[in-house]
Amino acid sequence: MAVTREAMLEQWEHLSRRPGPMVRDVLWGLLVAAGSGYAWLLYRPYMDGYEVAIQIGGTLALIAWGLYWKPARLFTLAVTTLTVLALWRYGADFELRKSDFLLKYFLESQAAFMWMSLLYVLATATYFAALFGRSEFAGATATALTWSATVMGLTGLLVRWRESYLLGADIGHIPVSNLYEVFILFALITALLYLFYEDRYRTRAMGGFVLLIISAAVGFLLWYTFDRQAHHIQPLIPALQSYWMKIHVPANFIGYGAFALAAMLGVAYLSRARAETRRPHGLLARALPPLELLDEVMYKAIALGFAAFTIATILGALWAAEAWGGYWSWDPKETWALIVWLNYAAWLHLRLTKGWRGAPMAWWAVIGLFVTLFAFLGVNMFLSGLHSYGSL
Amino acid sequence: MNDNTACKLPRRRTLGWVLLEFFGSMNLAITLLVVIAIASIIGTVLQQNQPYPDYVLKFGPFWFEVFRGLGLYDVYGAGWFIGILAFLIVSTSVCLYRQTPAMLRDMSRFRTQVQVRSLRGFHQCAEWRLPDRDPEAALAEVTDALRVHGYRWRVRDHGDHRVAAAMKGRCNRLGYLFTHAAVVVIGVGGLLDGNLWLKLKEWRGEIALETRDLAARDIPPASRLQPGAVPAFRGNVMLPEGAAANFVFLRLRDGYLLQELPFAIELRDFQVDYYDTGQPKSFASQVRIHDREHLGDQPLEATIRVNHPLTYRGHAIYQSDFGDGGSKLELRAWPLSGARREPVEIKGEVGGALKLTGPAGPLTLELDEFRLFNLLPEPDARPGDRKFRNFGPSVGFKLRDAAGEAREYLNYMTPVQLEGRWFYISGARSRPGDAFSFLHIPVDARNSPERFLRFNARLRDEDWLRNLLERSAPAGESPDFRRDLNLVRLNLVGLFAQGGFAAVSEKAKAVVPADRLREATALYLNILRDTLAEIFVEVLREEEVDVERNIGEGEEAFFNDAVSALAALPNYGTPFYLQLTGFQQVEASGLQVTHSRGTAVVYAGFAFLVTGIFIMFYTSHRRLWAWLAVEDGATRLVLAGAGNRRQTEFAREFAGLQTALARRLGPPEPSAVAVPAAEPPPPNAPVTGATAPHRSTL
Ligand code: HEM
Repeated sequence: MAVTREAMLEQWEHLSRRPGPMVRDVLWGLLVAAGSGYAWLLYRPYMDGYEVAIQIGGTLALIAWGLYWKPARLFTLAVTTLTVLALWRYGADFELRKSDFLLKYFLESQAAFMWMSLLYVLATATYFAALFGRSEFAGATATALTWSATVMGLTGLLVRWRESYLLGADIGHIPVSNLYEVFILFALITALLYLFYEDRYRTRAMGGFVLLIISAAVGFLLWYTFDRQAHHIQPLIPALQSYWMKIHVPANFIGYGAFALAAMLGVAYLSRARAETRRPHGLLARALPPLELLDEVMYKAIALGFAAFTIATILGALWAAEAWGGYWSWDPKETWALIVWLNYAAWLHLRLTKGWRGAPMAWWAVIGLFVTLFAFLGVNMFLSGLHSYGSL
Repeated sequence: MNDNTACKLPRRRTLGWVLLEFFGSMNLAITLLVVIAIASIIGTVLQQNQPYPDYVLKFGPFWFEVFRGLGLYDVYGAGWFIGILAFLIVSTSVCLYRQTPAMLRDMSRFRTQVQVRSLRGFHQCAEWRLPDRDPEAALAEVTDALRVHGYRWRVRDHGDHRVAAAMKGRCNRLGYLFTHAAVVVIGVGGLLDGNLWLKLKEWRGEIALETRDLAARDIPPASRLQPGAVPAFRGNVMLPEGAAANFVFLRLRDGYLLQELPFAIELRDFQVDYYDTGQPKSFASQVRIHDREHLGDQPLEATIRVNHPLTYRGHAIYQSDFGDGGSKLELRAWPLSGARREPVEIKGEVGGALKLTGPAGPLTLELDEFRLFNLLPEPDARPGDRKFRNFGPSVGFKLRDAAGEAREYLNYMTPVQLEGRWFYISGARSRPGDAFSFLHIPVDARNSPERFLRFNARLRDEDWLRNLLERSAPAGESPDFRRDLNLVRLNLVGLFAQGGFAAVSEKAKAVVPADRLREATALYLNILRDTLAEIFVEVLREEEVDVERNIGEGEEAFFNDAVSALAALPNYGTPFYLQLTGFQQVEASGLQVTHSRGTAVVYAGFAFLVTGIFIMFYTSHRRLWAWLAVEDGATRLVLAGAGNRRQTEFAREFAGLQTALARRLGPPEPSAVAVPAAEPPPPNAPVTGATAPHRSTL
């Protein structure tokens, strides 16, 4: 797993000299631009100036994402292919979801989410098997499972987006409008963040821990689907009919996902620290990811989460100014966002200016998850306020 | 680096210095962050700005006063809370004030004064012995590499050695400045937009809260604010269709103030659109702005929707609420408690109150609300099924007796189908928080509650009953028996009409010995049922139904439902059933008007904040040093560096630099490898505890 310094340096040199990747980068850019252009040709009559601007921005962002992180390309291609396939099978008839084989068992949003759920749970188990069995193969399988789950999940969300329009032109909306939908978003974003760190740090040791929280989210989702029938597409209430929702909610969930990831690394950190003092030569102490690695990734995740959460809260404030008459109303959801934000601001200061490291910070990150979880779930369940449409 | 001098010269501990030290301390800052977070929780757990009587009910008079004293009903406007926020602003400002000069200096200064000893202590350090190069040539190689990696440098000749000090990413320091300046800016802007001005005016005695329920024109000048009296406000007004207002109400604690506007808003129409499923799709107010001074006689027409406010002369007008603007209702009051059968027609307006006379004294009918749609879950759906049905128009009202006790009712206008049969539904409750318990009145062949109501009235008409029973008593029995039986039947009906089945069983319990109770109760209920059936048939006959031929399952079901409803009547608690027979809806739109001067300031702060945070997290201020000297006839080169953030990336960069140099100069000395462990850690392993020397300026 760990690459030696020499190998790494060699790779470094390679990267800067080999022309191959350049060609692929250009190809990637062209492919995305072409796809986006085709979509534009199809939907041009329905788009206003803002939407064109957003599409251009989104296209550039997608290209940049693929340049910055190579695996994002294959992921994007897989999701696009499956989504287009689903849209093609659907045509304009929502009822085909019950009869078309491909849709019914694979690509219809509900089916896709079931696949996603199954794959995430399998991935969790496989990561742990790889960790304790020290098996490279199992590790690679776990990564593949996580990628597949994420592909299915994102495909499911995109297909659901389309399905909402098939249900009625006035019902159609981006699927980030209720607790059910954002839980899927949460699982996806957490998984993508994790996969990014896995790739950058070239270690799969953290996988099981992070996937645990994703599996927990999947468990909630299944309960919510089967017990509460929450999966039906509902029309948007007037308060949510706004462009801001499309950016505010995903930005928030980058924050939530990153904080959840950090907390799970905190759990891994504490487990390893404990194992090291109790049984320094035991399996746990050897198999769990090294403390320094955990500490660093935890910091990176919290920093990223903090930045995303700052943006999300600001977007929320801008939206509130347009919808509720003021950028800040001390509504419970807003207030809890502030609490989460202040909490991690304190965490960052302790680390950066006071140099705190190790177990206390890991504990704090774990507690931070509960604060975050309350902001994201608890407020909807227990408190009332302007955000109360997201209730269970 | 003036830290050393600071250590040697004892600072004078003036008050200003102590204050700066206190406010600028990191510990205070972190404590404040946590304290604000915790204090904020209070206002999310305890619902804010509710009517005060609700709090009294919740906490009792003692705790109510205590919590009021602590300002817990409006935590975010409480002096102490604003105080802590102000503390944070001051603390951040002091922090900025103290850090900024050092940071700016740090940005521009190359540190050419370094000891080779401290360089060797760096995490990132490499060392070469170069017998065949003079320092000049070695330095040229180093600076070449530095240039390629984007560094700027300064060389200083110290006589016996030379130092090239390089750095890049200076703007990382700006990140700190931006972020923390943004906290101050947002904080100040937010305070400007808060209730501070009102508090100030209140404290100076210029205004007084109004707590009475007054019409706008009766509100005294002390509770009125002229346009421009405060730089920021946020108020509400509820406008019925056709009405206009040039003011809004500012709610504050247990009272309110009236803020006058420099223009008037007229509500022309309020519309709610629905999806096919019945859920609301849009709320829209068509308004006209009248402003003679700026618009002349031509008012401004606009539509305000949720998420689409109207901004006029710095005032933003939002769709925030809706309600009833005094819908005109036609009601029919069917007596329930006496023998009287003819209903009384009533006309009223939502929001109004009517005086009525009931059998037990005067009653006030308060018409509270009218709704055109009632989208409710299907009654027989499982929880979570999410099936909804529109139950049609409804009227909500209260009946208040002379003692002021009120019972609340909710009556639906159109019959509702339940289990295949149709009912008029009316809910009743005696306390606002309780769930309604519903009375189901079966609907007759003419789609009216009339048959049931006549049936009910007949039960209470003793003369009529006596007459009926006499006619229908079984022939052939002795007159005495017939008289006794009729008496029993009359009594049972009377008991049932007053207290339902419960009264009948109570009575049985009182007069029958315990061992025969069950048997006797069953007998009584049988007699009662038969009697009720007889009465019912008579009621049908009065309706001119051909009872010999036309009584079928429908009538039987009706009879059963009617008996259930009759049994529930004693708990219904009103002497009449109020049927909604007609309406003319007048809607009202709740508009919120805000005027905030601080918005631009706060938004500028937002921009600073985001820029600052990204700069801070994703750039780093990196420094490298090359120390060169001639030792034992060879040139010694020590290369070391540190970054204030992103250690992994810096380690990678340093490794690249080292490799590039190694290609020109040969491999570095093994002892100088950063971590001389048996197996070197991967270069992307975290480098913790790298202490950049310039951190000490913090
Ligand atoms: C709401 C208030 C505040 C917020 C949101 C905030 C935010 C931040 C953030 C995000 C960082 C960067 C942490 C990192 O890179 O890991 C930081 C660093 C820092 N903060 Fe704050 N801060 C706040 C208040 C304060 C106060 C009151 C002080 C002073 C007492 C302070 C002093 C510092 C210092 C000295 C640094 C390190 C700067 C550097 O080394 O470049 N902060 N702050």
